[in-house]
Amino acid sequence: MGTWPYLAAGWVLLVALYGLVTSRNLIHAIGCLAVAQSSTYLLLLAVGYRRGATAPVYSDLTPGTRPVVDPVVQALALTDVVVGATVTALLLALTIQLRKRHRTVDPQALTGLKG
Amino acid sequence: MTEAALLPLAVAIPLLGAALLAVAGRTLPRTGCDILATASATAEVVCLALLWPHSRHLATADLGGWPARLGIVLAADPIGAGLALLVAVLVLAVVVYSWRYFDEPAGEHAGAFPALILLFEAGMAGFALTGDLFDAFVFFELMGAAAYALTGYRIEDPRPLHGALAFGIVTSFAAYCSLFGIGMLYARTGELNLARLGLRLSSHPADVLTVVAFALICTALLVKAAAVPFHFWLPDAHAVAPTPVCMLMSGVMVELGVYGVGRVYWTVFSGPGGIPPHAFRTAFTALGVLTALLGALMCWQQRHLKRLLAFSTVSHVGLFLIGVALLTPSGVTGTAVYVAAHGCVKAALFALTGVLLDRYGSVDEHGLHGRARELRPVGVLFLTGALALAGLPPFGTGLGKALGEDAAGHWQPWLLPAVFVTASAVTGAAALRAGLRVFFGTGPVPHSRPGEEETTGEGEEPEIRSPERSLPLPMTVVPAVLLALAVLIGCLPAVAAALARAASVFTDPARYAAAVLAVPGTPPAAASTPAAGWTVAGVLLGLLSTVLAAALATAAVHHRGPSLSTRHWTVRAVRTLRRLHSGHLGDYLAWLALGLVTLCVALVTQI
Repeated sequence: MGTWPYLAAGWVLLVALYGLVTSRNLIHAIGCLAVAQSSTYLLLLAVGYRRGATAPVYSDLTPGTRPVVDPVVQALALTDVVVGATVTALLLALTIQLRKRHRTVDPQALTGLKG
Repeated sequence: MTEAALLPLAVAIPLLGAALLAVAGRTLPRTGCDILATASATAEVVCLALLWPHSRHLATADLGGWPARLGIVLAADPIGAGLALLVAVLVLAVVVYSWRYFDEPAGEHAGAFPALILLFEAGMAGFALTGDLFDAFVFFELMGAAAYALTGYRIEDPRPLHGALAFGIVTSFAAYCSLFGIGMLYARTGELNLARLGLRLSSHPADVLTVVAFALICTALLVKAAAVPFHFWLPDAHAVAPTPVCMLMSGVMVELGVYGVGRVYWTVFSGPGGIPPHAFRTAFTALGVLTALLGALMCWQQRHLKRLLAFSTVSHVGLFLIGVALLTPSGVTGTAVYVAAHGCVKAALFALTGVLLDRYGSVDEHGLHGRARELRPVGVLFLTGALALAGLPPFGTGLGKALGEDAAGHWQPWLLPAVFVTASAVTGAAALRAGLRVFFGTGPVPHSRPGEEETTGEGEEPEIRSPERSLPLPMTVVPAVLLALAVLIGCLPAVAAALARAASVFTDPARYAAAVLAVPGTPPAAASTPAAGWTVAGVLLGLLSTVLAAALATAAVHHRGPSLSTRHWTVRAVRTLRRLHSGHLGDYLAWLALGLVTLCVALVTQI
């Protein structure tokens, strides 16, 4: 696969940054945060990929008979998913509460804190 | 108990306490929750106090019985264990301080607030004790998630939600940048253990990939540390978070970012394949100087007391960064002493601001002018804290500042000590000014500045809504005890000496690797332990910054100041700076990206 997955991961991270900087809607911004996180999945899986290798599950595989992809990055990606789900859920809950109290989800309409 | 049991316990105790509180909080009465929370926090302090003597020769625990080359390790060196101990002490102080906090939203959720505090503690202790880069990310996000929830705890009010969202989105984005860097490093080395990463990286010459990975990993740590221009979330979050949460965030969470930079640099990137020392020293000293000066300038401009204290934290973080960036054991000693004492002093100042919020429902320096005259003891404590912030001997802040100045003076004899004196004098003066106005009604009532970009601090929701009651005792006793601790850190030579030994271990990556990887044979003896006592020059510089702070504060309180026209360049420059703190999420992330690119360029051009 060469360098393409790495470049794609970097591109996804930049796209997410652009979305976050220009966002006018907090739900959209939190979506962009999830996109930023996806770039890390892409990077991690690309790091562990081996051509022609299979999943590192030894229940139906005799160890040593076939190459397997790196199980460490899969564990990392899984942990990453859990962490991301927690943070996203928490931020979305805060946004819902903001909509209820402040009648807006536009980050630029929030002007209570400055200077 | 052995270190292999104490290390996992340091993370497990607060986690267990949080789980118990979340479950039992539904049925237990309020007092029961307070007892449970205090017991967990005390158990954590005891656990870490027992761990501290073990950490002298680096305590390690291989989790699940897997050796370090396969599994995950926890490793406590004295600096990490000491920071975890500071976390535990401050959490205990916060739990006691908030015994009678949040009186009304009890009911089913009486345990929620202390449970979140303990979860926050678990994240911070884990971050200080982990020996694994990916685990550091997980603990970083754990403490982040708990901190976002705590910042937005008062969900009836829109401003805490705003502050928590900005804090959460900026920090999480930075954390994903950091994970990206960790992934790149894993691709290069195939390791996540800090010590093994350092060994593997040494066999490969430094290149752009290493530098970019380092800069990405540092992004999250610098956002947590609130270094300029990654700092924008901090004043917003501090202005709106409940006071006990501010005590923890300013007292120790922010400092963990600086610790993370030091830890990652020394264990992973200080070898031949990492970042050259001169590149790290130049880039991070510049960052520290910028942070210290901008933080001090913005601190002086504030009238919202919590924002004022928040910017003083930004300024002090700059000084901590300079101490670490010197890459000498004496610099780290200065930062360690300074962080320990600053944590106590800053937590005490926030706790005393919480008294104002409780009594008057405001933290506005102008609106409260002279109103708190009846709280004389609180006022005296506040002024004492402000003087400690300015570096008055014999407070530990003064000793830390003196040690930092001495260490920095060896490299840049005039510039860096001047930055130390300026930053501590200006931040101390701002706090003194506010204390004199609010508690003693000194000087004329300041003019309001209509049309300025500022957060006034009026019309805050009182955090405790039962104005008839007398002031709860813990709300004044806790800050007094914290200030006494700060004096002890400065006065007991044993504390500074222990931290100096700790610094010589912290700056010795070979010793860390030998202990974590359980290499047989005695680890090489540490380099000479730096001196860590008061010197005449240190005392004089401490007195100088205190006198400067007192003079500045007196001048500001009694005089209107030079009446510059609004078109004068200094006035315009300050106004522009204040406009940059716009409260807009997009701006903050744009600054983050700019900071990251600048850091990359600064490091790449020097390899």
